[in-house]
Amino acid sequence: MTTLNINGKDVAVDADPSTPILWALRDTLGMTGTKFGCGQALCGACTVHLNGAATRSCVTPLSAAAGQKITTIEAVGADRVGRAVQAAWVKHDVAQCGYCQSGQVMSATALLKTNRKPSDADIDAAMAGNVCRCGTYVRIRAAIKDAASTLA
Amino acid sequence: MHFDPAVARDMHKVLAARLRSDDPEAAGGLERRSFLKLGAASGFALGLFPVAACAQGAGLKPQEQPSAFVRIDRDGTTTVTINRLDFGQGVQTGLPMILAEELDADWSKVRSIHGDANPAYADPAFGTHLTGGSNSIKNSYTQYRELGARTRAMLVAAAAQQWKVEPGKLRTENGAVIGPGGQRLGYGELAEAAMKQPVPQKVQLKDPKQFKIIGKPTGRLDAVPKSTGQQGYGIDVRLPGMLTAVVARPPVFGAKLKAVDDSAAKAVKGVKAVLRVPTDRGGEGVAVVADGYWPAKQARDALKLEWDTASAERVDTAQLTAKYRELARQPGAVKYNADVSRLGAAPNRISAEFVFPYLAHAPMEPLNCTVAFDGKGAQLWMGTQMPGLDAAAAARTLGVKPEAVKVNTQMAGGGFGRRAIPSSDYVVEACHVAKAARAAGVNAPVRTLWSREDDIKGGYYRPLHVHRAEIGYDAQGNILAWDHVIVGQSILKGSPFEDFMVKDGIDATAVEGMKEPYDLPMRLSVHHPQVNVPVLWWRSVGSTHTAYAMETLLDEVARATKQDPVAMRMKLMGGKHPRHAAALQMAVDKSGYGKRQLPAGRAWGVALHESFSSVVAYVVEASVDNGTPRLHNVTAGVHCNLAVNPLSVEAQVQGAALMGLAMCLPGAAVTLKDGVVEQSNFGDYAVPRITDMPRIAVHIVPSADAPTGIGEPGLPPLAPAFANAIARVTGKPAPRELPFKLA
Repeated sequence: MTTLNINGKDVAVDADPSTPILWALRDTLGMTGTKFGCGQALCGACTVHLNGAATRSCVTPLSAAAGQKITTIEAVGADRVGRAVQAAWVKHDVAQCGYCQSGQVMSATALLKTNRKPSDADIDAAMAGNVCRCGTYVRIRAAIKDAASTLA
Repeated sequence: MHFDPAVARDMHKVLAARLRSDDPEAAGGLERRSFLKLGAASGFALGLFPVAACAQGAGLKPQEQPSAFVRIDRDGTTTVTINRLDFGQGVQTGLPMILAEELDADWSKVRSIHGDANPAYADPAFGTHLTGGSNSIKNSYTQYRELGARTRAMLVAAAAQQWKVEPGKLRTENGAVIGPGGQRLGYGELAEAAMKQPVPQKVQLKDPKQFKIIGKPTGRLDAVPKSTGQQGYGIDVRLPGMLTAVVARPPVFGAKLKAVDDSAAKAVKGVKAVLRVPTDRGGEGVAVVADGYWPAKQARDALKLEWDTASAERVDTAQLTAKYRELARQPGAVKYNADVSRLGAAPNRISAEFVFPYLAHAPMEPLNCTVAFDGKGAQLWMGTQMPGLDAAAAARTLGVKPEAVKVNTQMAGGGFGRRAIPSSDYVVEACHVAKAARAAGVNAPVRTLWSREDDIKGGYYRPLHVHRAEIGYDAQGNILAWDHVIVGQSILKGSPFEDFMVKDGIDATAVEGMKEPYDLPMRLSVHHPQVNVPVLWWRSVGSTHTAYAMETLLDEVARATKQDPVAMRMKLMGGKHPRHAAALQMAVDKSGYGKRQLPAGRAWGVALHESFSSVVAYVVEASVDNGTPRLHNVTAGVHCNLAVNPLSVEAQVQGAALMGLAMCLPGAAVTLKDGVVEQSNFGDYAVPRITDMPRIAVHIVPSADAPTGIGEPGLPPLAPAFANAIARVTGKPAPRELPFKLA
């Protein structure tokens, strides 16, 4: 039994401590907003915040997250920056299939929390780990810039 | 998947004969029952009228019945059922826009849901369930307009009855019927009375000039759930007691098991069963069923398996490519038969050989299918482009009647063709797993879930192709003869589509996009070798390779004879292709081509291609940076007739352009050695990232004609436009192999 702090609440998870956070969220806790894409930290679909930093939940075991603050897509909108990012995502009609967008939103939020005025290069660097097969990158860039301007 | 309309007329008959359960006309009994069920679930709403509809609108086919497509709740919420899979292309918003236009609905109250394998949701042109070939809006435009107009007429008739006035004196606007004295009744208030009205067969459709919703850039109906993690996909389906299965598949396609040691696997906590199951192409594998993906995967990794690969062909891509190159030197089955005798005497020649690798679709949502099977019937949950075909395959696999299988189509995280499988591979496999689990005493719904490695290694690739071209031309650039050979596996041989898409030994999907729209003296022939690699359509299908060969070769002639590449294409089209010319001119004008000076080291690249009845032209700017090609700017000129949702057209072209670019990037190839696929995940099978995305501007040629497809047409011309720019930078011929391998 591992106790995780997810979206501000302590939750006991009955799973092997080597289980990645992703599968505890999805299969044990039924929180399916965080997505499985590659299982190897290669695509970013599973991105959550661990103590505020964008983290690939598919390779982060429960044992490494015990007692630390995990934020998922389900709660990131409660945060001012997360809310601005999600609003910009809707305004720019970013999503196509939408499957990678939970991870994209989490990475973009983590970026804007540490860098309120990201340059094009900052955006590309922060988002390069998040794959979108539909090719929404143009609108992702625009949405991040828009979110940054609303937060300024 | 460019279906010829003449061929399409017979398509549903052929498919129905093969599938039995998939013919709307033959399934009348089932049809009415399911309408009743649909109605009963919808409460007091317009959706309740199917009982009346069956009696009064008897002349209407299932796909013309508003009851299956529109539900209006008392609060005016209007739910439109889409007869397609939405996997990002936006039909989930586009089809409701079309229906809402003729209905005069209040767009803020419009919602959308997926249809299922019910015959009502068959493609009206093909008579079978199909999301593919960029056909959704094209084939359902008139259908959804008529559905909206019929619903509107019933609402007007209900208001007329209530107010005791002539229906002709009423008008509709923004979700309400308005009377001659300005009185007003919302659609929600009228829905219950409207469902008792007869369904009109004939309805007057609007003049496109009156459109208020169609043609307006409109945000996706699912933008909020997809930005907040609330959107459910097939992989997110959760049923009480549901278990997860992960399958160990043969390392070589179609190979059998020799020995299984599952002792370590069974010891993993949470594992419920380890089962031998049939896999695709006559192979055999082992499914581990557990109470979650992680234990299932851990246990699968702990299996000790011995395979018998001796009886399966073990493909080696390097050897296969060499064999294809040999074949390409001999004529195959003839598609076009122009006289190419002037080749020998032509003053100038191009001899070119192209290689296009196997490509995986790699949709972001890994393949999955959830099956709840009780021995007599089953329910399935998955994203699928062909639910009717999959339902029939599931019924055969489970040994139940077709009507005992219900498919619940789920939003899919991409597909690009991988969820339109003539063999229904991942659905059949999931049914085998569910059946074996039940036989082993595990009575629970089972979700079979693929890892990314399973997906990349699991087959169904865009086929490897070799093209060979011999072109003769004169000093003015007139093409005197063009002899072209294509070698590649047939996608459709052996599939239910073979009867109408493989003619005279030529798979239509292998040659689509060749020659046209240019007036060229071309001889084209084709070889379709049999190879033990499962192949499939990949977004834009044959045009993924034909456009590249055509457009880079034409450009080469233009460069060699100092012709402007735009002027040369215009000349070759001879004024006979106004949509092509308009798209190309749009890209030229908006890019500043020929007017703007490019920075040193950059060059323009141009390409034009029609696929799925739409035309896309690109004018791009590229450079070569230390041997690495870079694409900087892309300007698209698009002709898809009326753009139902310009915002969605723009998104599709942006996305298709990136997937076109994906074919060029190093690492974008699936290769095999000794029968085993060498790549496994996004680390060794490269997909484009945000750092690869060029600036792109999409411009749509205005038109009021009935819309044509847009999910795919943006893909084919991107790679050749990029390649043509590289050729202008380097002064060498455009790369003959994809992905690009520059020194």
